[in-house]
Amino acid sequence: MAAKKYVCKVCGYVHEGNDAPSVCPLCKAGASEFEAVKAPKKGLDTNSDIYAILYSVVVVVIVAFLLAGVSSALKPKQEANIELDKKKQILASLNIKNQADAAAVYADVIKADPIVNVEGKEVAAEGGFAVANDAINDTNLPMYVAEVDGAKKYIIPMTGNGLWGGIWGYLALNDDCNTIYGVYFSHASETPGLGAEIASDKFQSRFPGRQVYRDGNVALTIVKKVADEAVEVNAISGATITCNGVNDMLQRKLAPYKAYLDAQAPVVEAAPAEEAAAIVEPATADAEAQEKVEE
Amino acid sequence: MGLFSKKNKEALNTPLFKENPVTVQVLGICSALAVTSKLEPAIVMGLSVTIIVAMANVIISLIRNTIPMRIRIIVQLVVVAALVTLVSEVLKAFAYDVSVQLSVYIGLIITNCILMGRLEAFAMQNKPWPSFLDGIGNGVGYAMILVIVAFFRELFGSGTLLNYPVLEKIGMYEIGYLNNGLMLMTPAAFILIACIVWYQRAKDKSLQE
Repeated sequence: MAAKKYVCKVCGYVHEGNDAPSVCPLCKAGASEFEAVKAPKKGLDTNSDIYAILYSVVVVVIVAFLLAGVSSALKPKQEANIELDKKKQILASLNIKNQADAAAVYADVIKADPIVNVEGKEVAAEGGFAVANDAINDTNLPMYVAEVDGAKKYIIPMTGNGLWGGIWGYLALNDDCNTIYGVYFSHASETPGLGAEIASDKFQSRFPGRQVYRDGNVALTIVKKVADEAVEVNAISGATITCNGVNDMLQRKLAPYKAYLDAQAPVVEAAPAEEAAAIVEPATADAEAQEKVEE
Repeated sequence: MGLFSKKNKEALNTPLFKENPVTVQVLGICSALAVTSKLEPAIVMGLSVTIIVAMANVIISLIRNTIPMRIRIIVQLVVVAALVTLVSEVLKAFAYDVSVQLSVYIGLIITNCILMGRLEAFAMQNKPWPSFLDGIGNGVGYAMILVIVAFFRELFGSGTLLNYPVLEKIGMYEIGYLNNGLMLMTPAAFILIACIVWYQRAKDKSLQE
């Protein structure tokens, strides 16, 4: 900023320097013809430190208030949407999709949302819907009991990790507490066309009819090559890590419900001999046996 | 100056072809790779970027004379980030299904270099209306490339278009066609964008370096 500007009054030549030149290089006019020019000021010096600091503070405060205001104003509406979306997802696991009034259908179909624990005891008869995903643990396991066409269905919520972000879903079981009635998977940010395909009907339609538990463990897995039709599901090629994430989620989230589901399953007499032979763990033999019975 | 004077039309038109943000300015490549394996997210992303570039351009253009030069990038960033957050909040409240579909993409818009590029190169020097047109032009130019790339990737990679099984319907699988897995991977987007760049430069000699 040290250099001042001098303009020649004769020809308009602008000279930069601390003093006016003795002779104008264009029109040869003398130093007296030069006039100092003041830097054009727009009232405020937008380059000063104070201005920059104040400006950033003001901008940030305005933006903060704007966002906070909008966020709190829209929050009730957003939460209602999230709740409705959760209901839609639960219904989707029962293969009820694209309902105009999902809330009414939900109220009609879902009969109870108990909270159970890992020992198979019911902790609370209702309130499962309100349990946040990160509050789910062995003593706080929410689930849903639905009634579709007169038959009871049990729905288990699941959360896990995919390749890029969270994945989640709901798995609906028939009243034998082992055969899958329907599933719903979704994801936050899996690769479109690959991992994101877990959310597609094409993938989800591979599940119904498969069994979840065998020999007291979660046997349901997604594999490259299906060898055992009863518990294995075809994976999505190119989406190995997402599929591994789904496997991990099934394994971790379905196991704690085993005890409760066993207690709910209707007792069926005498399993067919060849299938009963496959059962190794005597403690769960009863439950296992009737799970194997074909419908 | 009319609303659609020659200069304003230029602001709108040149980004579509001659100054296309993806193929000529080489901006926004990262998102062009990420969201083009399916047609639907590509369209949605193109639309959202168009809207947000246009809005950010107008806002920055309105306050361009007050912004201190030394912190201009930060100010631009704050405006873009605020705008994106705002749009995503509004979508969550009034169009929840759309916001679920957009999910990650809406956040990705902040990091889209087209935004910063246009704010810095155009909105800082121009009046709001031309800036708005420039934003629309660049957004559409970007969306166009995305849609072209996504069209080929979804068609040859998944055999569908907007999830409609096109190849199955016209019997491509019966004559032995197999879905090309490479098309779903990011390299395919590079190859396709390169093909578009090639075509464009072969057509318009002035773009060749």
